[in-house]
Amino acid sequence: MPLDWIWGLIGGLLIGSAAALYLLGNGRIMGASGIVGGLVDGSARGFVSERLAFLIGVIAMPAALFALGSPVDTHATNSLPLLVTGGLLVGLGTRVGNGCTSGHGVCGISRLSLRGMIATCFYIGAGVLAVVALRGLL
Amino acid sequence: MTRLVLALLAGALFGAGLHLSGMTDTQKVLGFLDIFGGWDPTLMFVMGGAILPMFVAWRFTRGRKPVVGDSFPQPPADKIDANLVIGAILFGLGWGTVGLCPGPAIASLTYGGSAGWIFFAAMLAGMALAPRTRALLDRATA
Repeated sequence: MPLDWIWGLIGGLLIGSAAALYLLGNGRIMGASGIVGGLVDGSARGFVSERLAFLIGVIAMPAALFALGSPVDTHATNSLPLLVTGGLLVGLGTRVGNGCTSGHGVCGISRLSLRGMIATCFYIGAGVLAVVALRGLL
Repeated sequence: MTRLVLALLAGALFGAGLHLSGMTDTQKVLGFLDIFGGWDPTLMFVMGGAILPMFVAWRFTRGRKPVVGDSFPQPPADKIDANLVIGAILFGLGWGTVGLCPGPAIASLTYGGSAGWIFFAAMLAGMALAPRTRALLDRATA
């Protein structure tokens, strides 16, 4: 669709505004993998309720938009091995590398962080590799 | 209380942005990574749009304090270590396998069906394995 990039830009501005609100309001970096991962490995310590409040918002808002008729299809694969492998790698990689698309990408690059930029180059490069490799195999 | 309300609002804005931008659609994400196929540039606009407000926000933090809390997060040392590079590569491989990263995986939980929940559960399992993996990498590269 020709309007896709406009929706991308609008959505992106909302994502950046969310990160700015979390930073200026709570003094926290809005990294999705860090917020969830801290709950999983117990490193969240005193900020459990703050993280849960954030996650409720992330889940509830798209649910509301979807219920109001905003069309979406995740088009996710049905292959169990791919879903499990992909999920494991995303969970492990983001926590070992200390960030994902929101943490390293949005929050890191905007801060001109060398770590954020290098991580982003590597995960996009690896993502391209996976797409090309899987197309050759499947 | 203010802290929780702000976190909920930030989460809701983040969720709205992920949903409206099309980033919960794995085809758009895989299309961006498919640079040798029918390349879909949408993700670039999302990333660019998100970096703009944050660039301004980081400038604004100078000499100020957050609404709640004592200080803004200090920048991490510019240390490029094995954890950063290997972690980013593993993450990218998983991202390109399904087309979901952590934010969209969470945002699409209510409409992504069983595929979304299987991915989410595997992602949590991967996160639980991370501390031990980090320790192994630290020992191997020390």
